[in-house]
Amino acid sequence: MTDTLGGLLTIALLVAPLAATYVPLGDYMARVYTSTTHLRVERAVYRLSGVDPDAEQGARSYATGVVGFSLVSIVVLMAIQFGQAALPMDRGLPGVPFWMSFNTAVSFVTNTNWQSYAGESTLGFTAQMAGLAVQNFLSAAVGIAVAVALIRGFVRSRSGALGNFWVDLTRGTIRILLPLSFVAALLLVAGGVVQSFADSTMTTLAGHPQVLTGGPVAGQEAIKELGNNGGGFFNANSAHPFENPTAITNLLEIFLLLVLPVALTRTLGTMLGNRRQGLAILSVMGLLWSVSLAITTWAEVGAHSPAAQAAGAAMEGKETRFGEWASALFAVATTGTSTGAVNASHDSLTATGGGTVLVNMMLGEIVPGGVGAGIYGILVMAILAVFVAGLMVGRTPEILGKKISARQMTYVALYTLATPALVLVGTGIAIARDSSADAMGNAGGHGFSEVLYAFTSAANNNGSAFGGLTVTSDFFQITLALAMLAGRLLPIVLVLLLAGSLAEQGKVPVTAGTLPTHKPLFVGMLVGVILIMTGLTYFPALALGPIAEALT
Amino acid sequence: MNTLLTQSATQLPEAFRKLDPRHLWRSPVMFLVLLGSVATTVAAVADPSAFTISITVWLWLTVLFGNLAEAVAEGRGKAQAASLRAARTDTLARLLADDGSESEVPATRLVVGDRVVVEAGQVIPGDGDIVEGIASVDESAITGESAPVIREAGGDRSAVTGGTRVLSDRIVVRITAAAGDTFLDKMISLVEGTSRRKTPNEIALSILLASLTLVFLAAVATLAPMAAYAGAPQDVVVLVALLVCLIPTTIGALLSAIGIAGMDRLVRVNVLAMSGRAVEAAGDVSTLLLDKTGTITYGNRQASRLVPAPGVEQVELRDTARFSSLADQTPEGRSIVDLALAQGADDHDLPSGATFVEFTAQTRMSGVDLADGTEVRKGAGSAIAAWLGIEQPAEVHEIVEEISRSGGTPLVIGRKDSSGHGTVLGVIHLKDVVKEGMAERFAELRAMGIRTVMITGDNALTAQAIAAEAGVDDFLAEATPVDKMAYIQKEQEGGRLVAMTGDGTNDAPALAAADVGVAMNSGTAAAKEAGNMVDLDSDPTKLIDIVEIGKQLLITRGALTTFSIANDVAKYFAIIPAMFVVAYPSLDKLNVMDLATPQSAILSAVIFNALVIVALIPLALRGVRFRAASATSVLRRNILVFGLGGIVVPFIGIKLIDLLVSTIPGLGS
Repeated sequence: MTDTLGGLLTIALLVAPLAATYVPLGDYMARVYTSTTHLRVERAVYRLSGVDPDAEQGARSYATGVVGFSLVSIVVLMAIQFGQAALPMDRGLPGVPFWMSFNTAVSFVTNTNWQSYAGESTLGFTAQMAGLAVQNFLSAAVGIAVAVALIRGFVRSRSGALGNFWVDLTRGTIRILLPLSFVAALLLVAGGVVQSFADSTMTTLAGHPQVLTGGPVAGQEAIKELGNNGGGFFNANSAHPFENPTAITNLLEIFLLLVLPVALTRTLGTMLGNRRQGLAILSVMGLLWSVSLAITTWAEVGAHSPAAQAAGAAMEGKETRFGEWASALFAVATTGTSTGAVNASHDSLTATGGGTVLVNMMLGEIVPGGVGAGIYGILVMAILAVFVAGLMVGRTPEILGKKISARQMTYVALYTLATPALVLVGTGIAIARDSSADAMGNAGGHGFSEVLYAFTSAANNNGSAFGGLTVTSDFFQITLALAMLAGRLLPIVLVLLLAGSLAEQGKVPVTAGTLPTHKPLFVGMLVGVILIMTGLTYFPALALGPIAEALT
Repeated sequence: MNTLLTQSATQLPEAFRKLDPRHLWRSPVMFLVLLGSVATTVAAVADPSAFTISITVWLWLTVLFGNLAEAVAEGRGKAQAASLRAARTDTLARLLADDGSESEVPATRLVVGDRVVVEAGQVIPGDGDIVEGIASVDESAITGESAPVIREAGGDRSAVTGGTRVLSDRIVVRITAAAGDTFLDKMISLVEGTSRRKTPNEIALSILLASLTLVFLAAVATLAPMAAYAGAPQDVVVLVALLVCLIPTTIGALLSAIGIAGMDRLVRVNVLAMSGRAVEAAGDVSTLLLDKTGTITYGNRQASRLVPAPGVEQVELRDTARFSSLADQTPEGRSIVDLALAQGADDHDLPSGATFVEFTAQTRMSGVDLADGTEVRKGAGSAIAAWLGIEQPAEVHEIVEEISRSGGTPLVIGRKDSSGHGTVLGVIHLKDVVKEGMAERFAELRAMGIRTVMITGDNALTAQAIAAEAGVDDFLAEATPVDKMAYIQKEQEGGRLVAMTGDGTNDAPALAAADVGVAMNSGTAAAKEAGNMVDLDSDPTKLIDIVEIGKQLLITRGALTTFSIANDVAKYFAIIPAMFVVAYPSLDKLNVMDLATPQSAILSAVIFNALVIVALIPLALRGVRFRAASATSVLRRNILVFGLGGIVVPFIGIKLIDLLVSTIPGLGS
């Protein structure tokens, strides 16, 4: 089998189960968030935490819940890292330094999973499981909850209520993420991923003993991909043979990181009572994702640089177990979904390939985006598209029956401003520091790309690392943590306020004069607006990094 | 175009006056350009070169062109305001005291409730309602219409406007608006734009433009350290040039001109909008309430068909019908004559000796008696049968029933010869005639997603027939003001925006409730106060024009925003390679326009950015051409023209400008 055939077959094998799960999983999730009954275990959770599960929250209350929960989670996670020496199964590791633990706590709570530490040499099993893995579930559930709240904003009429954050959080964790990741973990174990509670020692061929770091990898691996977290148990992430041993587990992991964001577009359509709207949103995501995959694959497989041509293939930084096709596929899927897990070193991708995965994140994590985050991100872009182009049908802009006036536009404008400002200002400050040059693994345009990638990844809550850049200095620990925190909470608060203002409105009926948002014309328009807005924001920065490098 | 040039020349001083930062602050985009111009001026003074000076000049021109667009738009209103002011001359009012005595006071001293006397030749001193008398009034000062109108006490035509002139008779007017707050005053401030506030959609768009501006500010400000790292530190002049090219200056400069021009287009069709908000709402309207009489139909019944009784020749019925109506001066009578002529009747007078018999409530017939003793009558079927003394033939009865069912009015024609023998000749079908082109117009509205609802006092049967013929979507028969109000509320509860016209005092609550309430200028003061627009021509059909103007305003705004943003793509391709080609020679591949030198490339982009404002002033003032069509087809066309066009045009424009600019010494290679 040629590489090309194998690569195309892999893509086909990925798309088929995504298509198969789209309807049942999407509709199941819609039921989870619209059902009025509570499971017994959920009632127990509500009783313990003193939550009235049938009380509705307005935008402010919902947002306070999200922000408060996130901040408390950060404190708890920092405490676990500090005191891990006192916890069981600490593998004899000391407490994590302050700024590193801050960075890590923010990173996992914000669903970014940027890792400034090496998992195997920094964290014990309890910290991994009770600290990081718990946040892998909760941060993903928070993302879906916010998306669901925004959808409710569109669905509801003349009501300020967006649902109950604590209920959405609990249901997302218990009814969606836990059962799915349990099944996924079993599949991963079957595929050869390690699941143990001890390191093992073996004797090498040379006769020396060598410690092999083991651990509860499979369980964490499942939610790492499923919840679009991406924080690897090991430093090498999904390039590590214990996390991702074979081509089959590789495909399974790519499937896992795409399955929820894709199915959530069905949830969107079902909850809106407008399935074609869900398909239109999926089309936008799919279109951008396919183009991104095509460019990256072309760049990686083609071996266009002189060095790659001399070597016969652009294999630097890639696992020979996976090859170029599967590496490109993983890279595009992981950057498009805000996962940030990697099975190859993005620093070593070709300039075009590395630039493309960078752009994937700059698009705002919407192809198809993180769990929940992709939905609310693309809906905000849809509002922007409707606002600019919608005027051209001769009516004040409206989408899904809701008018977009000054109040909504304020939230949307601040949303679209927040993340780019964090990326650009962060990169600008970092690059202006003399000491940054020492932290970069390369000089010139590639070194610049490393810094740009770090801030793009942090502010967009992706978490993948380009690599090359040493980020353990206090400057990077703090600035990147702030970028992650602001890049997560600012958009969420704005989205919830937007949702509240939409829910308060009545519904405008659809007429022939309404801009249809479920047709190919709108799909094209949204793709155009996303590309132009991203391009205009980042073109100068990209020109100095990947573009300058790629054109050489 | 020539007039536009003249207007621009006249408004140039005003454009300079608008350089005042306190004025420009209203548009954050243009304010930033002003700051940029100041910065480059300082830089150019410190380090003068052909490049820095040219950039500085063109940045100032950018601000100036934006000001000019606004000044030209405002200038049109000012001319109109001046002619209105002429009508507001200081008149003396004849104040009527309770005891009937008169005293002369200046019109400016009148207060609400005063009663004044106005006689032929005098100017009405203030807005009010006629409480006594009837007069013909020349309202040309306000409407531009020279034909006088009749105004009389009581009813829906009692309102008079200050500044108009009484041509005949004597009236007593009760003042309803204090001096300075009259209709004329409002009109002047409206057309001048002095009371203009940003409309809701304008505010929302301004927020978007401000956030885009901030994004680009961040992009350009952080580019400085990035460029320094790349070993290509950038001049402040270049960074400012890039910033100005990126921020949405085109729409930022033209936004207020578009709004003013939209109001102005309404004024040109003689409609005054009390707020820009109403114009925007007009674009959003999804239900139009239209009065049947005068809007959908010509307002009187007309003969549309002659149906002969069995055994009667069509020609005989035609000629007899004409005879019977020749002396009948009612509109119905005239329409029968017209129909007969149209069907080929000879155009000759009644034979001598014929006498016309007028309609009376007792006989319920009219007709003619000929010299030879033949009598012809037309009237209700039962009246004719009674007159002839015979049973109505069954066939005729059927025809009568059929016409009634269709909402028409059947007029039966009977003839009695000198011997007293009577015959039923046939039936004239009278009906409300729908104005030509209405059905097409309503179909257009339907394509735009607008429902039309006919309001009529007719019974449901008649209303249904006319509604079907006119092609309206719904009708409200035997409508009372309360019904109208209920209908509006029902529509609004469903989220629809409603537009209506009205003139009577009892229309006022509905006019106030409607999202777009157009009061007829001939209507009462209460109606005019309640509506948010006044139609000076009192032509209810104009509601449709108003909706189109509202839509056109929004489309123009969206089109220029899209164009403005799409333009940026080409500007990047001009400026970015120019900035960094020294540090990264590979970036020259992005110079797809093959611009001569880095300096000429940047300057060309700045010049294009400034000139495009000027080039689009006519479009901003005229508005994007509007076609009645579905949202999808309108959008497809506009995205093609302004979206794709917006991407392509600057590539060509910047290239052409570069060809010229590169010939300037110090800028070309």
